Amino acid sequence: MGSPNGNGVVMDLEGAFLLFVLVLDSTARVAVPLIFCALAGLFAERSGVIDIGLEGKMLAAAFAAAATAAVTQSSWIGLGAGVVVSIAFAMLHGFACITHRGSQVVSGLAINILVSGLTVTLGIAWFHEGGQTPLLVDDARFPPIEWPGTNVVGGVPIIGPIYKELLSGHNVLVYLAFFVVPLSWWILYRTRFGLRLRAVGENPTAVDTAGISVQWLRYRAMLLCGVLCGLAGTYLSTAHGASFIRDMTAGKGYIALAAMIFGKWRPLPAMLACLLFGFLDSVAARLQGVELPVVGQIPVQFIQALPYVVTVILLAGFIGRAVAPKASGIPYVKER
Amino acid sequence: MKKTFLVAFLSCWISSVVIAADSEPAVVYDMGGKFDKSFNEAAYMGAERFHKESGMQYRDFEPTNEAQRTQSMRRLAGRGANPIVAVGFGYAAAVEEVAKEYPDTKFAIIDMVVDLPNVQSIVFKEHEGSFLVGALAAMASKTGKVGFVGGMDIPLIRRFACGYEQGVKHINADAEIFQNMTGSTPAAWNDPGKGAELAKSQFDRGADVVYAAAGGTGIGVYQAAKDDGKLAIGVDSNQNHIHPGTMLTSMVKGVDVAVYNAFKAGAEGKWVSGVQVLGLAEDGVGWALDEHNSSLVSDDMKAKIESLREQIIAGSITVHDYMADSTCTY
Repeated sequence: MGSPNGNGVVMDLEGAFLLFVLVLDSTARVAVPLIFCALAGLFAERSGVIDIGLEGKMLAAAFAAAATAAVTQSSWIGLGAGVVVSIAFAMLHGFACITHRGSQVVSGLAINILVSGLTVTLGIAWFHEGGQTPLLVDDARFPPIEWPGTNVVGGVPIIGPIYKELLSGHNVLVYLAFFVVPLSWWILYRTRFGLRLRAVGENPTAVDTAGISVQWLRYRAMLLCGVLCGLAGTYLSTAHGASFIRDMTAGKGYIALAAMIFGKWRPLPAMLACLLFGFLDSVAARLQGVELPVVGQIPVQFIQALPYVVTVILLAGFIGRAVAPKASGIPYVKER
Repeated sequence: MKKTFLVAFLSCWISSVVIAADSEPAVVYDMGGKFDKSFNEAAYMGAERFHKESGMQYRDFEPTNEAQRTQSMRRLAGRGANPIVAVGFGYAAAVEEVAKEYPDTKFAIIDMVVDLPNVQSIVFKEHEGSFLVGALAAMASKTGKVGFVGGMDIPLIRRFACGYEQGVKHINADAEIFQNMTGSTPAAWNDPGKGAELAKSQFDRGADVVYAAAGGTGIGVYQAAKDDGKLAIGVDSNQNHIHPGTMLTSMVKGVDVAVYNAFKAGAEGKWVSGVQVLGLAEDGVGWALDEHNSSLVSDDMKAKIESLREQIIAGSITVHDYMADSTCTY
């Protein structure tokens, strides 16, 4: 009876490994909007503009993308609309707090509140479905991209499941998110624009003295911020989901903001923070209702609080102090 | 002369408004909005049916935040709307407050009990309907594993889950059931992304049928089922049409009938206050079979569900109600 037992253990190990890969797969899907948004916030804050309005821009983009894709039946036109609308709100934020030196927190919050109401109102007026957009058919969404040879490689142990489940079969925006992270690092640390951007967030007076426009730099940072939020929103409504639903961002913009702080305003650590949040979320989904030895069934509320508890513990105990760019949140006034 | 005309016109206009308002019924929807393809849409259908059959106008209101619940009810009562039907348990506090202020106005509340002389409380035996769709899920499942995705973690949603679990176990005692609640705040009703991930986490563990009682979050669950080629079960309204071919069935709640009956009783003066409990026997809950899912439900399955339905009505099967003792032991 030894061999079937041994076989069973091997099977279980393989099954457990497959489950783990599937958790990572889900982690990637959940983390994508967070990564886009965290990078968006990173560019804004590195230039000295606090952006609480990530949530609002993402929601606006989600609505614009879903509505446009529903009308035109094209996910790419939807993506364009999402990005354009998100940029428009980013420029509005810039106009209020770069040009007119208004409070950045107030402007960001105003955008969140405005978008939350505006999307539903426009949705009701245009589609008569209570603020939802019509469900998109498969052609109007970003389809999963199957990598070549998944059936052949899929059978290989260990590498097979990783290749088939984790790497292959995502939509183009998922791959884009993981490409944008090194790109952001390169822009920030290896280009002249990045150097100036970091400088303007630390000491705008010095940048101004060197004859570089502080306002123009900050506007360009907001432009990047708008593009990235637009990608995040489009992902939510036309790639991960298939329609816009009222307040569908459900606080992801704020979580991304936390991830950015957690990652100390640096692209790679911020991405890792987003992946950690996504991972905890995916694990939490699988832990619900599971009976554990000693403690018994874990309450749902505890599992849902887990990502935040872990954040606090890590931030307080292991990561150390997160120091924001010095000029972040302070409108720049040129000395006369 | 001109003045007299104006006065006459005005008085006519005012009196006509008063007459119209006097008998005009009203419905206030829950936070999901009128066209949520689910709970509120069912209420809307009931109100529309009354409007078409009787030709009478009605007023309605969709709140966009919690504070508007009491405000909207007070305004409707103040304008003379009667009866006023509040859709959803979230209106309990608002109904209690406004019903006391307007003792001559008749109120109805769905999914909650408010004990006042001018309030009719309409509650459903969701566990009975969920039992039937659970049985159907167990029959349709090839893996013997099924899933449930709830919206906000409240006793009402646990009642759905518990009834479903009993139905599944009745057909297949060894079946495995994965349960997930989306969250513990009202945001859990509108998070399709999370819904899709929860459904996928259940599919990963082998589930091939998933039942969502989660409002707008359910849209994500049904989409995930379609994307992965699994089956999903809708809730409240008949949601089979959302994804024909992958929606196994829907647990329909007679919210439309409840609103229609309340409006009609108000118009005909046959209003009664108190608690009305609508179960399978009263056709208050049931399962949906139409052209969108007929290919998924075989004649054997249909016959079995119908016989279970009759046994529950006859009392030979009793479905445990989670809300009776806050546990799911049966």
